[in-house]
Amino acid sequence: MSTITLTSNKATSKPKRSFFRSGREDSPFKRIIIHIVLIIACVISIFPVLRVFAISLRPGDRLMSTDLALIPPDATLESYRIILFDKPFLSWVWNSVAITVATALIGVILAATAAYAFSRWKFPGRSVGLVFLLATQMIPASMLMIPIYILAINLGMVGTYRGLVIAYCVTSIPFSVWILKGYFDTVPIDLEEAARIDGCSQLQAFLKILLPLSTPALAITFLFNFMQAWNEYLLARVMLGSSESLMTWPLGLQRLQGQYQTQWGQFSAGSILVMLPVVILFLYSSKYLISGLTLGGVKG
Amino acid sequence: MITNEVILKSLSEVGSTVLLILAGTVLIEALLYFILVKWVKYKYALPFMLLAPAAIGLIALVIYPLIWELRLSFTNMSLRAFKNPEFIGFKNYVRVFTEPVLKQKMFFPLFGQTILWTVVNVTFHVGVGLFLAILLNRNMRGKGIYRTLLILPWAIPQVIAVLAWRGEFNFSYGYFNIILTRLGLTPVPWMTDPTANFIAMCLTNIWLGIPFMSVTLLGGLQSISTEYYEAAEMDGANGWQQFRNITLPLLQPVLTPAILLGTFWTFNNFNVPFFINQNELESSDIMVTGLFRAAFQYNRYGFSAAFAFVIFTLLMIFTIFYMRYTRSLKGAYES
Repeated sequence: MSTITLTSNKATSKPKRSFFRSGREDSPFKRIIIHIVLIIACVISIFPVLRVFAISLRPGDRLMSTDLALIPPDATLESYRIILFDKPFLSWVWNSVAITVATALIGVILAATAAYAFSRWKFPGRSVGLVFLLATQMIPASMLMIPIYILAINLGMVGTYRGLVIAYCVTSIPFSVWILKGYFDTVPIDLEEAARIDGCSQLQAFLKILLPLSTPALAITFLFNFMQAWNEYLLARVMLGSSESLMTWPLGLQRLQGQYQTQWGQFSAGSILVMLPVVILFLYSSKYLISGLTLGGVKG
Repeated sequence: MITNEVILKSLSEVGSTVLLILAGTVLIEALLYFILVKWVKYKYALPFMLLAPAAIGLIALVIYPLIWELRLSFTNMSLRAFKNPEFIGFKNYVRVFTEPVLKQKMFFPLFGQTILWTVVNVTFHVGVGLFLAILLNRNMRGKGIYRTLLILPWAIPQVIAVLAWRGEFNFSYGYFNIILTRLGLTPVPWMTDPTANFIAMCLTNIWLGIPFMSVTLLGGLQSISTEYYEAAEMDGANGWQQFRNITLPLLQPVLTPAILLGTFWTFNNFNVPFFINQNELESSDIMVTGLFRAAFQYNRYGFSAAFAFVIFTLLMIFTIFYMRYTRSLKGAYES
């Protein structure tokens, strides 16, 4: 099991027979059944997005309708025009991009160095540290909200990005360390030792040997950090207060749900627009997803 | 609409914070270098230097707030006593179990509700996720497309996904009731009926959680060597026997942590039960949303801090038993 990720494609290379993992020798009937099941699953999985898309194309006067058509007969891009040019939507997105890219990068760097330490040394306090990282996943998000908010007030960090950026960098660390440590464990240490014999320092071996070999796990970690910061709502609402110009998109879109009535058309158009970057990033990295996500401790 | 002013402002805010973090890191590393390397000449100087930035961040943003919260849980802090809360010992902890946690709901019904929610969700996540992973783990046409479409729910911002689902449960304009009406059945009041609302919550969360499971388990399945199955086939094992005796045991190292994380995330899920439960039915609340209401709607800070620690302890006990029972997380911290 120790090379779980390195052997990831081997399993599909040979023909097999049974239902529970089969390949070329599936009977045509069974193949059709499998395709039908998968198509149904795919429809269920993309269905809500299609509905949001359909609503975003509706003209403003018939947002509420019992029409089920994917592209309504009188489709219009009016909602997109309003949200892009009449609302500060682009500045919300820009704010989110600035925060998200910075925090995801810093988060990966902090987690990678920590995971390297956990993976390659048996220092005192190591198992306590790993259990602690697991334990942080048990903490309900709203549990730390009050103390963090009061801490931020005392440090003058409310109404600025300072507290938010630091908090996003840190909160993603435990899960990232888990993934990265699990992946580093699967990379044979011999490679680094060979590099050290050739005159590399320990840090150079980490930077030049281990990190390039761990691209899938690093990509996944970046993706998770990116998504977490990109989608975060509760902490941003608490930390940014009522500052108009600093709003991130989740706060802005939530505001479109308005005091008097929800602007469903604009909300849907905005949702489709903010979904795009994450979905593209996801599709781009989906080849890494399977091999990168070994979930720590897979070594056995 | 976007102005240069906004662009520059957020850039300078983020940039200055990044510089701050960088400066702090350099300072810490220099300090550690002089203490651990030059002065103590400690054997594990390098790993501790590598860990330091992450560790300090976690201490400041997790451990310190936790201790602060623990102190809070022994006081009567609320809106009325915000400035100078009094120390009241274990009273808050007693209250969690003896008084209604919300307006009417007591602790144990809420706990039962949360267990039901977690068990239903995790069962479906693992069951359907494993089923889809097994279907995908073969050579076939369109595998990449299926995989991409199936992980899509994961890529969608959770708040948007949940609000979209909530729209689908609308009494007159939601998809489910439109279909029910067209079929000539009575539409279901998803938002007001306690049972229907709970089912709506579960449907939404099951949809959200399956992609993570199927991707993780597919990764695990692909690492199982085909040789085992070939050998089993030679011995005449049927599909179910192969699944039972090869797939499940060899998948365990992936399955166990995945179930554990899935349980934490479901147990602590806030967005789904909070947003789907639009009418604030207490019957649909789970512990985490109850905690949020106790703290931020009823402003019982001291009480909610105690409540938070009760939840935390319960999860801790569960984890210890789970890890004892499965023993497979051992590798995570002993290898």
